[in-house]
Amino acid sequence: MADHVLSPALAVDQEAERILKAQRRRHLFSAIFRYGVLTLVGLLMLYPLIWLVGASFKPNSEIFAGAGFIPQEPTTSGYVNGWKTSTPYTFGHFFWNTFLIVVPKIIGTAISCTAVAYGFARFDFPGKKILFASLIATLLLPNVVTRIPQYLLFRDLGWLDTFLPLWVPSAFAGDAFFVFMLVQFLRAIPRDMEEAARVDGANTWQVLIFIVVPLLIPALISVCLFQFMWTMNDFLGPLIYISSVDKFPVSLALKLSIDTTEAFEWNRILAMSVLTIMPALIVFFLAQKYFIEGISAGGVKG
Amino acid sequence: MSGDNRFLGLVYLSPYIIGLMVFTALPFAASFYLSFTDYNLMSAPVFTGLDNYWKLFTGDRTFRKSLWVTLVYVFTTVPLKLAFALFIAVILNYKLKFINFFRTAFYVPSILGGSIAIAVMWRYLFADVGIVNMALAAIGFEPVNWFGDPTNALFTITLLRLWQFGSAMVIFLAALQSIDKSLYEAASIDGAGKFATFWHITMPLITPVIFFNLIMQMVQAFQEFNGPYIITQGGPLKSTYLLPLYIYEEAFKRFDMGYASAIAWVLFVIIMVLTVIAFWSSRHWVYYAGDKRS
Repeated sequence: MADHVLSPALAVDQEAERILKAQRRRHLFSAIFRYGVLTLVGLLMLYPLIWLVGASFKPNSEIFAGAGFIPQEPTTSGYVNGWKTSTPYTFGHFFWNTFLIVVPKIIGTAISCTAVAYGFARFDFPGKKILFASLIATLLLPNVVTRIPQYLLFRDLGWLDTFLPLWVPSAFAGDAFFVFMLVQFLRAIPRDMEEAARVDGANTWQVLIFIVVPLLIPALISVCLFQFMWTMNDFLGPLIYISSVDKFPVSLALKLSIDTTEAFEWNRILAMSVLTIMPALIVFFLAQKYFIEGISAGGVKG
Repeated sequence: MSGDNRFLGLVYLSPYIIGLMVFTALPFAASFYLSFTDYNLMSAPVFTGLDNYWKLFTGDRTFRKSLWVTLVYVFTTVPLKLAFALFIAVILNYKLKFINFFRTAFYVPSILGGSIAIAVMWRYLFADVGIVNMALAAIGFEPVNWFGDPTNALFTITLLRLWQFGSAMVIFLAALQSIDKSLYEAASIDGAGKFATFWHITMPLITPVIFFNLIMQMVQAFQEFNGPYIITQGGPLKSTYLLPLYIYEEAFKRFDMGYASAIAWVLFVIIMVLTVIAFWSSRHWVYYAGDKRS
C-alpha cells in the first residue's frame, strides 16, 4: 500500500522538480539575454562619448591611431589652443554669450508659461476650446514654415544681430510644449486650497503667486531644465539671427572653429566639443529625476 | 472660478494670444503669401502667381532630389527609431537590477544629441580611419566609405538619430510601467504565451504612446537640419541634401525668400497630410482605455 501511494507522489515530485529546473534555466537564459542586450546597447550609447573625452586629451597624431580612449601621451594642448580660438575672443567669451541667451529665455519661459497654463487650467472663458486647440496645433506646426517671415519681422524691428529674436517669442509662451506640460500638471492638482484662499478674500493673482506657483515648482524645474538644454543645443536660431562673432554662442563658435582650424588640429575641435556639451551633461546628472519625470509626464521631443 | 469676470482667464492667456498672433499666425499667413512671390530682400515682394511652385515641380532637379532624400530619410529613421526604442523599453520593463543605470545611459545621448558638438563627434567616429571603421575591421569587415559614398552618407545621419532613441524609450517605458499587472496575471492563468501576451495585451495598451511618438518623431525628422549641415554639408552629390537644408540655403544664402517659402510650404503640406493620415488611421489602431470605440 505504502509503495503504491509513495511512488506516484515521488513521480510528481520529480516531475515538478524537472519543470522547476527547466523554468529556472529558461529564466537564467532570458536574464543573460536581457543583460547582454542592455550592456551592448549601453556600450554603443556611451562609448562614443567616452572616446570623445579621451580623444580630446590625445595629441593629434594619436587620435586616429587606435580605437582606445585612453591617451598614451596625455596632453591638454587641445584645450589650451582651443580655448584661445582663432578669433580675438576666448571660448569663455562665447560661453558668456550663451549664458546671456539662456538665462533671460528661461525666465521669460517660466513666467509666461505659468500664467498661461494657470489661465487654461483654472478658468472658463469664451473661446477656450479654440485657444487650447491652437496650442496643440502649434505643438505640431513645423517651425520651418514660419521661420522666414519671423526673420523678416525681426529684421523690420531692427532686432537682427541681437539676442531679442531668441528671447522674445519664448517670453510670449511661444513654446507650446511647456504650456501643455504645465496644464497637465495643474489639472492633476486638487483645487481645494485655491478655493479656500478665494473664500478668504484672495484674488486670482494672489492665488497664483502664493498657492499655485509653490505647488508647480517641480514641473517648473522640468520646464527650466528642458529650456536650458534646448537653448544650449540650439544652432539654427543663432545661425540665422546672430552675425557678429563677438555675439556668437558656443554652438556657432564651435562651427566657426571647425571652419577656421587647420585640418589636422583635431584635438582642439574635440576639446571644444567636450566643453560645449559639459554644461548640459552636468545639469542632466544633477537633475535627471526632473528630466525623466518631465518627459514621462508630457512626452517630449528630443 | 465663480463670481469672476468671465474674461479673467483671457488676461492670463494674453501673452500666449499675443505671441500666437505675432510670432505664429501672422508669419504662417505671410509665408503662404511669400510663396507666391519673388522676393530677394532688395525690393518689395512681387506677386508671381504659381511660378515658384511651377518651377519647383517641373524645372528644379535639386528640389526633386532633395524631396526624395527627405522622404527616404524620414521613412527609414522614424520606424527604426520607434522599433528600437520600444524593443529596449520592453527589455527594461522586466524587473531588472540596475534599471536606473541603464535608463540613464540610454537617455544621455538624447540630451546631448541636438548639439553641434555631437554632430562634430559623429564626423570623427565615421571618418575613413575613425573608430567605426576600426571596429568593423576588428570583426572582419571591410572599412566603409561613410561620407564619400552617396548610398552611405544619409545612413550616418539616420544612425545619429537612432543613437538618440532615449527620449522615445523613456515615454514607452513610462507607458509600459503603467499597465495594470493583473492583466498579465489573468493572461498567464488563461495560458497565454509571452508573445501572445505582448501582442494582445501590451501592444493595444501602448498604442496611444506609439501614436504620440510616431507623430512627434515624424514632425521632427522632416525638419532635420544640424546633422546634414555639420556632418555632410548635404553631400556627396546632394545625397544628404534634406529639404530644411535647401530651404535654409535658398533663404539665408541666396536670399530668395519667395522660392524658399514655396519649398517650406511643400514640406509643410507633406507633414500635414501625413499627420492627418496618421490621425485618421488612428481610429483603427489606437486603443484608448475607457473609450467606447474600443
